[in-house]
Amino acid sequence: MSIELLIEQSVNGLQLGLTLYLLAAGLTLIFGVMGILNLAHGSMYMVGAYAAAAIAAKTGSFVAATAGGAAAAGLFGLLVEFVIVRRLYHREHLDQVLATFGVILFTNEAIAMLFGRSPLFMPTPQWAAGQIEIFPGVPYPQYRIFVMAAGIVIAVLLWQLITRSRLGMQIRAGATHRDMVGALGVNIARLYTVVFGVGALLCGVAGALIGPVRSVQIGMGEDVLILTFVVVVIGGIGSLKGAFAGAMVVGIIDTLSRAVAGPAIKAWIGGPTGDSLAAGLSSIMVYLVMALVLVIRPTGLFPATGNRVSHAGH
Amino acid sequence: MNRDRILTIGLWVFLALFPLLAMAMGQTYWINIWTRILILGLVAMSLNLIMGYGGLVSLGHAAYFGVGGYAVALIAFHTSQGIPMLGWMGSNEALMVWPIAMLISGLLALGLGALCLRTRGVYFIMITLAFSQMLFFIVISLKFYGGDDGLAMAGRNVLAGMPLTSPTILYYVCFVILLTAFVLLSRLTTSPFGRALQAGKINERRARALGIPVHRVRLVAFVIAGVLAGLGGALWANQMRIASPDMLSWMRSGELIMMVILGGLGSHMGAIVGAAALVLLEAWLAGITEHWMLILGLILILAVLFIRRGLFLRIAGRPR
Repeated sequence: MSIELLIEQSVNGLQLGLTLYLLAAGLTLIFGVMGILNLAHGSMYMVGAYAAAAIAAKTGSFVAATAGGAAAAGLFGLLVEFVIVRRLYHREHLDQVLATFGVILFTNEAIAMLFGRSPLFMPTPQWAAGQIEIFPGVPYPQYRIFVMAAGIVIAVLLWQLITRSRLGMQIRAGATHRDMVGALGVNIARLYTVVFGVGALLCGVAGALIGPVRSVQIGMGEDVLILTFVVVVIGGIGSLKGAFAGAMVVGIIDTLSRAVAGPAIKAWIGGPTGDSLAAGLSSIMVYLVMALVLVIRPTGLFPATGNRVSHAGH
Repeated sequence: MNRDRILTIGLWVFLALFPLLAMAMGQTYWINIWTRILILGLVAMSLNLIMGYGGLVSLGHAAYFGVGGYAVALIAFHTSQGIPMLGWMGSNEALMVWPIAMLISGLLALGLGALCLRTRGVYFIMITLAFSQMLFFIVISLKFYGGDDGLAMAGRNVLAGMPLTSPTILYYVCFVILLTAFVLLSRLTTSPFGRALQAGKINERRARALGIPVHRVRLVAFVIAGVLAGLGGALWANQMRIASPDMLSWMRSGELIMMVILGGLGSHMGAIVGAAALVLLEAWLAGITEHWMLILGLILILAVLFIRRGLFLRIAGRPR
């Protein structure tokens, strides 16, 4: 294994981490502020990706596709919040799990009816089709660099929104003392809708950006949802800082274990046993890390304080 | 006798006579469907133990079901290929193989349960899902054992020398197992252990203060549920003659939760009714449209929003 490969794969890992952060940030805020476990979070990512791919195929404009994907996911999120999630705030987690599981079944099948079951491909925009050398001897696709840059910009904007703006202040307050915020006269219902919408919007952006890198297909939401869960469990639910740390850990470990550790095990043991073992071990590495974090810190690396405590008894 | 009891006995009589009914009507095809209902009923009942009585919402219960199935298929594979496992030449005897499947699922539940039970609430939901997905990926990566395609069994196991090829015989084997599990679980949940498990659900802090070792009680329940789900998996692999990755998929875990909720949380009979309702509903919808999942999703959402208690508990008129 060469140092070039290691660098390239580390950058890939960072890119996966940034994408996961966009999803984990929404999931963790929605839980932190609203106390809702949203299994359909991955569906919003899928809706964003499909909308973006469809718009890209129609107009050929990447900007329109990304904006359209984000908007579609955001609107879908608002619809889900308005019709379903709104009625679940005071229900048990079990009800939330079931209803949002129903949303997954519905969305997957609705997408299959609209777009068919074969994957869609979203072209890489012309201006980012080439490669640049990120390190001497390490060429890297421009588009992936763009995705990372976009991820960083969005992460910074989100951080600014949460820490600097009035809305962010309400969200932070809502995440620690929900009832108190309501008592102080903040329109909680509106705040919930906004948070859910922002979460869905972030999913849509992630789905649209990832379109040209991976194929757009049914089930993509569930795959990414489970990784997002791992991120949130490692980072600590309800905390943006935790979501970021968890996303980076998961992104880098998952990528490196597949690209580096896998082949190393294969070479070391060899034969079909080595093949199986390498494939098996490299795909479960993030879960082993999660198990380790659970043993050491059951509430994650950056546990949020506040509302979470009142949920502990459920 | 109250309605609950009459309904329960009535359902068991129906299940006991079903193959005869199906044969009399010349609809033997339905025996296979109802065998699956019995098996899924067993698995749903095991999930109901931890979810309905223990308050532990596991979104990864399919893992134990799948591992039980794979254990049986794997032993069958080694036995038929003549490849020894740790020096053992294998066996087709169910009395030998099924307990092994239960043991493996139980050990898995012990390990994962010890980890997962360190957490509460949504963490528990997410972690059980993540670990079951981990096992799903492991199974898919086992190319030698079929990978994505699953591991087919050349034939069913034999039970004390009796072949299980006849659908009716397999149905009655599943029936007896389900009935046994029902009786045992009903006794378990009314025993001091069952009361302790429920106390932990209702008020964990108070249960602890009363000296109930909540963590240990939950772990034991988790392992019992894993063992029963593993047995269910072993039966399923025999019925389908294949252990496939979708046995461990999180869709399957979601379906199991749906069955428990549909029938009525915290009712053993309800889990069986829920399994029957979901399997029949899916079969019916799939006959109407290719896009039956869309309708199932809608039904699920509406059921959560508007029907607060399960079918069985509603019909049985049991108070909350």
